[in-house]
Amino acid sequence: MNNSGVDKTRRQFLTNALTVVGAVGTGFVAVPFLSQMQPSVKAKATGAPVQVNLSKLEPGQLIRVEWRGKPVWILNRTEAALSTLAPLESELSDPNSAESLQPVAAQNSTRSLKPEIFVAIGLCTHLGCSPTYRPEIAPTDLGKDWQGGFFCPCHGSKFDIAGRVYSGMPAPTNLEIPPYRYIDDNNIVIGDNA
Amino acid sequence: MKTLLTVIFSLFAFTCSASGKTELMHADIDLSDNVSLKRGAEHYVTYCLGCHSAKHIRYLRIAEDFELNEDVVLKDIAPVGASIYDSMLSAMDKHDSKRWFGNVPPDLSLIARSRGSDWLYTYLKSFYRDNTKTHGTNNALFKDVGMPNVLWKLQGEQVPHYSDAENQIISSLSLARPGELSPSEFDTVVTDLVNFLDYVGEPAKLKRQQMGKYVLFFILILGFIGYLLKKEYWKDIH
Amino acid sequence: MNSPRFNNFVNWILARFPLTKVWNEHLAEYYAPKNFNFWYFFGSLALLVLVNQFATGIMLTINYKPDSALAFDSVEYIMRDVDWGWLIRYMHSTGASAFFIVVYLHMFRGLLYGSFKKPRELVWIFGMLIYVCLMAEAFMGYLLPWGQMSYWGAQVIISLFSAIPIVGEDLSLWIRGDYVVADATLNRFFAFHVAAIPLVLVLLVFLHIVALHQVGSNNPDGIEIKENKGPDGIPVDGIPFHPYYTVKDIVGICVFVFFFSVVLFYMPELEGYFLEHANFIPADPLQTPEHIAPLWYFTPFYAILRAVPDKFAGVLAMGGAIFVLFLLPWLDTVKVKSIRYRGGIYKKALFLFVISFFGLGYLGMQAPTPSATIAARFLTVVYFSFFLLMPIYTRWEKFKTVPKRLTSNSSIGDQLPLIKQAVSDITQDTVVTTKSGKTLHLKTPNPSGLRSASVDLAKKMKDSLD
Repeated sequence: MNNSGVDKTRRQFLTNALTVVGAVGTGFVAVPFLSQMQPSVKAKATGAPVQVNLSKLEPGQLIRVEWRGKPVWILNRTEAALSTLAPLESELSDPNSAESLQPVAAQNSTRSLKPEIFVAIGLCTHLGCSPTYRPEIAPTDLGKDWQGGFFCPCHGSKFDIAGRVYSGMPAPTNLEIPPYRYIDDNNIVIGDNA
Repeated sequence: MKTLLTVIFSLFAFTCSASGKTELMHADIDLSDNVSLKRGAEHYVTYCLGCHSAKHIRYLRIAEDFELNEDVVLKDIAPVGASIYDSMLSAMDKHDSKRWFGNVPPDLSLIARSRGSDWLYTYLKSFYRDNTKTHGTNNALFKDVGMPNVLWKLQGEQVPHYSDAENQIISSLSLARPGELSPSEFDTVVTDLVNFLDYVGEPAKLKRQQMGKYVLFFILILGFIGYLLKKEYWKDIH
Repeated sequence: MNSPRFNNFVNWILARFPLTKVWNEHLAEYYAPKNFNFWYFFGSLALLVLVNQFATGIMLTINYKPDSALAFDSVEYIMRDVDWGWLIRYMHSTGASAFFIVVYLHMFRGLLYGSFKKPRELVWIFGMLIYVCLMAEAFMGYLLPWGQMSYWGAQVIISLFSAIPIVGEDLSLWIRGDYVVADATLNRFFAFHVAAIPLVLVLLVFLHIVALHQVGSNNPDGIEIKENKGPDGIPVDGIPFHPYYTVKDIVGICVFVFFFSVVLFYMPELEGYFLEHANFIPADPLQTPEHIAPLWYFTPFYAILRAVPDKFAGVLAMGGAIFVLFLLPWLDTVKVKSIRYRGGIYKKALFLFVISFFGLGYLGMQAPTPSATIAARFLTVVYFSFFLLMPIYTRWEKFKTVPKRLTSNSSIGDQLPLIKQAVSDITQDTVVTTKSGKTLHLKTPNPSGLRSASVDLAKKMKDSLD
């Protein structure tokens, strides 16, 4: 072993080059390892768009369908229920849904494509419990100011009939609206807005 | 020492020569030929899917890998009513098939991996007329197979020629009655079908082979730098 | 990096954890003989493959289902629906065979250079235990895809235990957890394959390395470098493992990974040697495949099993073929380690042993015809004779003098002129004129050169056995 007269710069350069190329290689190898934990094609297949027929949905009735394993609510709102939306705005934390998730076409006062049909993902934006549908006006447990809406039993978040969260609740934003579109007057497809 | 080696080698020569096999025809398939693959998929749905599922392949995957529009796959390939997310499932009832063919027709997702494409190609071309069978056909490669010749309309009818009539050893087959297709057109149909089955056996195969050269090239670069570094360090050692 | 804050942090760690000590003892101040050759790559390669098996194995368990109704389909699910699942699975299946290739070469190195001899008996024993664990790991892992070969292979091997007198039947029943290989077997093999045996393997690899670093590495000359220390107490012929052997091993790893990738991307089944064709058919308890053979790395032992006409004796012979390797440090009483200085008797014996191992490996894959069985019996005798007669035949061995200091190895660079010379000896220049009028200088084989080269090669091989 004789270190004298050794070209240190060449040695350092080659070490650096090997480190860089080796790091790139490690990066390449990491891709398959990390991406194989992504949802598989099978999971994506069960996440396929869901078609729902609305012709039997009566006013005031809420049905739940599954999309990507999540409950999606479809609610046929009555005229009376829709009329509660405008007066409530001062009590809500995000009345115009500026901070919330929804398709652009549904970012309006009723948070829907057609005013009476409300479609939303039935999971609280706080920690993912599913809120209960409470259409009745001023029930004893929710107080006399309750105008009908959704109540989360886990941590007490309150939402109005358009899924907008009241101020001062644990939930940070309004309920999420999934992408959806109308094929014709009575059929919608959830999970597809093209 | 020498005698020992002679004994060993002669024993090997003896054991190696003992086996004989039927010659297989060569299937001239090409996994990068999307047109052939699409035709193969259409033939599969038309002639095979009635009995044989290929449950490990989805129509969506076919659309992606053959670079086809999803609507085209649903219109040209998938049976009516199938969704793009569906697997290639046969509608046949298992009990019925057991009664009709004596066996449940196997799923063909992996048939190309267990049998090989040359075997499939030869098999599909080796059906001949045999009136002793319930279906009226037999197969020279897979004797007494339960499957009838589903491609007979296209191929026509083959008859066997025996080299040893007593033991029913078939030397060749010849076309007794022509089908709708000429022999070369029929070969294309079988080739497309086998190409498709080979694809279904391992959909990632083409991608795998295409990736290989980049990986090998990268390792060569890494190894070259490593070799230079090794030589540089080992200058110290005398 | 040299900020005082960083130094404080490093000192905080070092006061609590012997990082520098471990680094120095096992890498920077672990002195390895400076003449390691090609055969010394396989230890670090085995470690690399072990890491590969762990990483890919864990990723596979994420999507695999150890249930007889779901297992086969879940493997195909990995191959098709999981992103990059095919790559991870092929890395694991190719890695399994690569592991055995590397380990067999690593063990053969031990036979060549006497690495199992005093003072390295424990290194050898731990290594053999690793090998046995590896076989258990491979056998149980092979059941998991739940194909026809998985199923019937497991059925046959577990039935071997039933050959043991008195307890045999109960023992094989206890291993299976059912009357045939079934869901219960799959489930427990999964547990052993992914948890129990890997833990034991890691422990044994640790012990193997600790034992090696206690006595130091052997080398192609079989000389103890520790017996010749300089004034600084460092072996004169030793060089620090890091950086010299770390950079050398990187080159070895690149070459290995190159060949590994060729298999991985272009021939992951390797004609049925790495992934058997019949294993692409789901397990069917009612129908045995036409021909059952274990994967190539078990076939030498499988051939020994079949060579013995009695069931229990066959099982004993197969177990004995592995057990006899454990005894090697005590069977070989010769003090000279390296084959470079040993007599022709050992060289010839080793040569015959290698032939018997390959021969048995080949026969284990073939159907058991009468002539194949005779050949297998003959080779089994050769296999066992190598070990059991070793105390006798080594008595007549004549040794060469072992030098005091290591001899130097020629590097690839030194050998290049020799290779060039050899190529020019066996080829001749031919001038060809093409149709377009160009003249080409082509190298074509030179028959007389080839003949004399092969005669030379045969002579050299004969000389090397004396």
